[in-house]
Amino acid sequence: MPFYVSPEQAMKDKADYARKAITRGRSGVVIECDAGILFVSPNPSRALHKFSELYDRIAFAAAGRYNEFERLRQAGVRYADLTGYQYDRQDVTARGLANWYAQVLGTIFTESNKPLEVEIVVAEVGESAGQDQIYRITFDGTVTDEHNFLVMGGQADQVAAVVRERYSDGMSLAGAMQVAVEALAGQGGNGQGNGAEPAEISGAQFEVAVLDRSRSHRTFRRLTGARLEALLAEARPAKGGKSGASGGAASSGASAGPGGNAGGAGKGGESGKGPGDSGKDGNSGKGSGSSGDKPSA
Amino acid sequence: MAPDFDGRRLPAIAPSAHFLTAGTSSFSDFLTMAAPGLLPGRPAAAGAGMPAGAPELPHGTTIVAALCEGGVVMAGDRRATAGSMIAQRDIEKVYRSDEFSCIGMSGVAGIGIDLIRLFQVELEHYEKLEGRTLSLEGKANRLAGLVRGNLMGAMQGLVAVPLFAGFDEDLEAGRIFGYDVAGGRYEEHRFHSIGSGSVFARGALKKLYRDGMSPADTALACMQALYDAADDDSATGGPDVSRRIYPIIATVTADGFERMPDDQAASLAESVVDGRMRRPDGPAAPLEEPPAGG
Repeated sequence: MPFYVSPEQAMKDKADYARKAITRGRSGVVIECDAGILFVSPNPSRALHKFSELYDRIAFAAAGRYNEFERLRQAGVRYADLTGYQYDRQDVTARGLANWYAQVLGTIFTESNKPLEVEIVVAEVGESAGQDQIYRITFDGTVTDEHNFLVMGGQADQVAAVVRERYSDGMSLAGAMQVAVEALAGQGGNGQGNGAEPAEISGAQFEVAVLDRSRSHRTFRRLTGARLEALLAEARPAKGGKSGASGGAASSGASAGPGGNAGGAGKGGESGKGPGDSGKDGNSGKGSGSSGDKPSA
Repeated sequence: MAPDFDGRRLPAIAPSAHFLTAGTSSFSDFLTMAAPGLLPGRPAAAGAGMPAGAPELPHGTTIVAALCEGGVVMAGDRRATAGSMIAQRDIEKVYRSDEFSCIGMSGVAGIGIDLIRLFQVELEHYEKLEGRTLSLEGKANRLAGLVRGNLMGAMQGLVAVPLFAGFDEDLEAGRIFGYDVAGGRYEEHRFHSIGSGSVFARGALKKLYRDGMSPADTALACMQALYDAADDDSATGGPDVSRRIYPIIATVTADGFERMPDDQAASLAESVVDGRMRRPDGPAAPLEEPPAGG
């Protein structure tokens, strides 16, 4: 027997359904720093990624149901590669991808019974921090343009509050890592977190990736194994002194070097190496799963 | 109504089922489905065929590749020829295809360069979707499929074939693959050459090539071979000293792809030219093999 449901009610039900599912997941932090854009999320899996490469300077991040956002990721790679093949590599932009994703998600939200339980982020690293672009696209196709940082997934508000408090412009990679890890550590896990020493943090708990500003061709790389442990170790010491963001900023000179400008000189050397490393990253992803040389933290 | 130019429909980049369909990880398979008009050589195949007096198209000429200690070296001259006219003096025909392989082409430049571009995207696309790179064998097989895709174009005169070489991370050695227009894939040993000057280049490499040469020596041997090709084949360009245009030399080893910087290629080419000033036919190979065990 047919019965009437108002469009308002139908949309609201769908939105509640999707929102509830996304809130159950863990948070992810996308944060700008002088070295590029850093992505951090608790993720025990080494193979099922939340962050991945879309194009040369563009990355994809997602929260929610894996099979649904994985399908969207693959669609995005197809869109990006088709656009780049048909026109030119520089014609693939985060804005274009975000708009395209918004249309896809919006269409699915209105036309199908079950909305996609995902929240996705498209981020593009610019020549300087001022040119970074971060877009959030929600399950109903709403696009928002975020600046400096973004938190997605469950408990986003709590995590975002911590990041907002500690974020400062021009942070080093280690500084940004510290902010992200502290914000995520406060979430759920060990209740009061703040004053007490949080549980020992090891790289195996996190999925970390970066869009590296200083590279030329493909800028996305995953940080795994020893490289991740080194970054975590660098991010940690400030904790004792409780110096927070300022400690991170102080270490910026040493770790990431003189960002955009002087990068010109280093670029020649970097450019040859850049794609090399990214190629190896693809391998190291699978390699690190079984690597025995991981230092125990 | 979508615009339609000579049967080559512009693909609509809009939210479409194609993007979301769970397909293979091949970019060219995706193109076949979503935008077949973008495949190299496909518009020609769809058309009525090339008229008999078709214009002379720029052709790329000679590519050589040779194995070296721990990898492989590929080199290509810089000339494109349309009939008896030099169409371009500084065309690039040797490219990085991914971190551990390189590709060169000879034949109709328009088709060949597009084929290389498609192959580059194909490899990167697979890597992004699957999170791992293809094996070298897999890359070589995939390329064979792409070459075969242009078979109809080749039948109508738009012939382009690639030469593929790379470092096999499993075998830890360089490998070379040659192709025919039907997509035949042939693994070549020691060295190989394609294009109009290939006969002369291969003859030269026969006399100059030694097993286990260093990458630098192999690059020199390739440069000598290209000089010999240019010497006897009018379509192949030699080192252009006055305009400072020199062959492109690429090396692929365990450290990845590396294109020789222009100044190094220039000094290598100039050393070969200097040598030929004294001895125009190049270095002489020994008339007899030295006695074994001596």
